[in-house]
Amino acid sequence: MTFLSINRLSVSLRDRCVLRNVSFEVGAGECVGLLGPNGAGKTTLMRAALGLIPYEGESSIANMVSADRARMAAWMPQTREIAWPMTVERLVVLGRIPHMANGQRPTAKDYEKVNAALAAMDLDRFRDRTATRLSGGEQVRVLIARVLAQDTPLILADEPVAGLDPAHQISTMQIFSELARAGRSVIVSLHDIGLAARHCTRLILLSDGGVAADGPPGEVLTLDRMAEVFGIHAFYRDTEDGPVFQPLKVIE
Amino acid sequence: MARLAIGLTAVTVVFFVAALTLGPAPIGPVESLHALIAGDEGPLTLVMREIRLPRATLAVMVGASLGLAGAAMQGYLRNPLAEPGLIGVSGSAALGAVIAIQTGLATSMALGLPAMALIGALVGVTLVMALAGPRGSSLTLILAGIAISALAAALTSLVLNLSPNPFAANEIVFWMMGSLADRSMTHVWIALPFMGVGWAMLATLGRGLDALTLGEDAAGAMGISLKRLRLTLVLGTASVVGAATAVAGAIGFVGLVVPHILRPLVGAQPSRLLWASAICGATMVLAADIAVRLILPERDLKLGVVTAIVGAPLFLHLIYKTRRQLA
Repeated sequence: MTFLSINRLSVSLRDRCVLRNVSFEVGAGECVGLLGPNGAGKTTLMRAALGLIPYEGESSIANMVSADRARMAAWMPQTREIAWPMTVERLVVLGRIPHMANGQRPTAKDYEKVNAALAAMDLDRFRDRTATRLSGGEQVRVLIARVLAQDTPLILADEPVAGLDPAHQISTMQIFSELARAGRSVIVSLHDIGLAARHCTRLILLSDGGVAADGPPGEVLTLDRMAEVFGIHAFYRDTEDGPVFQPLKVIE
Repeated sequence: MARLAIGLTAVTVVFFVAALTLGPAPIGPVESLHALIAGDEGPLTLVMREIRLPRATLAVMVGASLGLAGAAMQGYLRNPLAEPGLIGVSGSAALGAVIAIQTGLATSMALGLPAMALIGALVGVTLVMALAGPRGSSLTLILAGIAISALAAALTSLVLNLSPNPFAANEIVFWMMGSLADRSMTHVWIALPFMGVGWAMLATLGRGLDALTLGEDAAGAMGISLKRLRLTLVLGTASVVGAATAVAGAIGFVGLVVPHILRPLVGAQPSRLLWASAICGATMVLAADIAVRLILPERDLKLGVVTAIVGAPLFLHLIYKTRRQLA
C-alpha cells in the first residue's frame, strides 16, 4: 500500500528552482531518511509534498482535502514553535485537533493517544510542566509527542532529532522505526548519517534539488557518493552491532 | 474551567446590576430594578429604560467585543502585545466619526456619526485586506494595519487642523476619548447586528488559534486553512471593533490588558482565552463606566481615559511580573 506518491515534483521559490522533477513513492512500513547537504531541498520537498507551498507536479497527499490530509499525514516543522506557556499535556492534545470538531472536548480515546505519545517520548513526569520553560531538547520531545498523538499513517519530520541528547536521539529514531514496523511510514530528514544508516529502512539522498540516490542505506551510502554529494571522506562498515558510519574529514 | 466561566459571569452580572442601580438619586436597587422590569409611566422607569439600560448594555457589548477581539488578535499573531486596534479598524472608524462631526453630519442626521464610523471601519478593513495580500501571512497583516492606522491618524489630525472653530475641535477631541454617556437604545440596535456577526465569526477561531500555537506551518498541516482563519479574524474584528468605536469612541487598553490578565487562568490556551476575555472585557468596561459616573459626575470624565489610566499601570505590573519570571 502506498502512503505517499510524489511524481515529477518541482518547486521554484522566488524564481529560483529549488526542486527539479523529484519522483518517489513511500509505501507502508518504510522509515525513510531524507539526507542531503544544507540547501539541498529537504525541507522544501516535505513542505511541497504536504501542499504547504506552491509546487508543480503531483503529490498524492497535497491534493487531499486539508482535513483528510491532516488525518493522513502529520508534520513536524523544523522551527520549534511553542507560542504560549501551555502545559505539556495540553500541547500534546493539540495533535488531536484534526480528529476533533470545532469546540469539541477531547474524548477518552484522544487522551489514550496522548498518553501513549507522552509515554513514548519519555514525558510522563513532564505532563503538568509548562512547555515553554523546558529545555530545548525537552521541547523537541514534546513536539514529537504532539506529532505522534496525531496518530496518522504517515509522519513527516524535519530534523526531529537535532538538539536531542544521544539517548533520546536513538530512542526517537527507534520509535520511528517501530512505527514503520507496525505498518506506518515515516519520512525524516536528518544530518546524522550514522543514525540514518542504523534506523532507516531506506535513504533518499538529495543534492542540488534532485534525487542523487534512493535505496537501502548500504546502497546509498557509498564512499564515492559521500565524497561527491557532501564533500567528505567517511568510514562506513557493517559491524556485528549494525552499520557504523562516521564522517572523517572534508575533502580539500 | 466551568468554575472559571461561572465566576467570571457572576462578577459581570454583579457589575451590570450595579451599573443599572447606582445613580445620583437616593433610590434603592430593588426599587430601580422593579421600575425597569415591571415599569410604569413614571420618571424612574424612563431613567432606567432610556438611560441606564442602554448605557449598561452598551458597556457589556463594547467590553465583550474588545476583550474577544483582543484575545483573537493576540492568539493569531502569537504576541501578547497585540490589540484589536492593530489592524487599523478603530483608527479608520474614528476618522469616519470625526468627519461626521466636522461636516455637521453628526448633528444634522440622526445616527450620522455611528453610520460614518461604520463606513470608515469598512473602508479601513477593505484597504488592509487589499494591502495584506491573498496569502495567509501574519506579517503583511501587521504591516498593512500599521500603515492604515498611521494614515487614519494623519487624516484625523488633518480634520482637527482644518477645523473652523475651537468648539468643533473640542467636540472631536472629547469624542475620541470614548464615552457611553447619553447613548440610547438606538445605539444598542445599530451596534448589535455588527457585533453579533463579529462575535459569531471570532468564536469559530478557537481551534485554529490553538493549532497556531505550534506555528503557521504546523497549523496548516493540521488542516487549518490559514487564509480563511485570517479572513475570519480580520472581518470579525473589524465588525466588532468598528461597531464599538461607532457607538462608544476609542476605548483603549481593554483588548490588550484583559487577555493578558486571564492567560494564566485558562492555562494559556487561546481557545479558552476567547470566551474568558469576552466576559472579563465586559466587566472591565462596566467597572470603568461606573467609575466614570461615581468619581467626577459633574466633570463628564471620559470612559477611554479611565480605561487607559487603569489599564496602563496594570499592564506595567504585568510586564514587571513577566520580567521577573524570565529572569
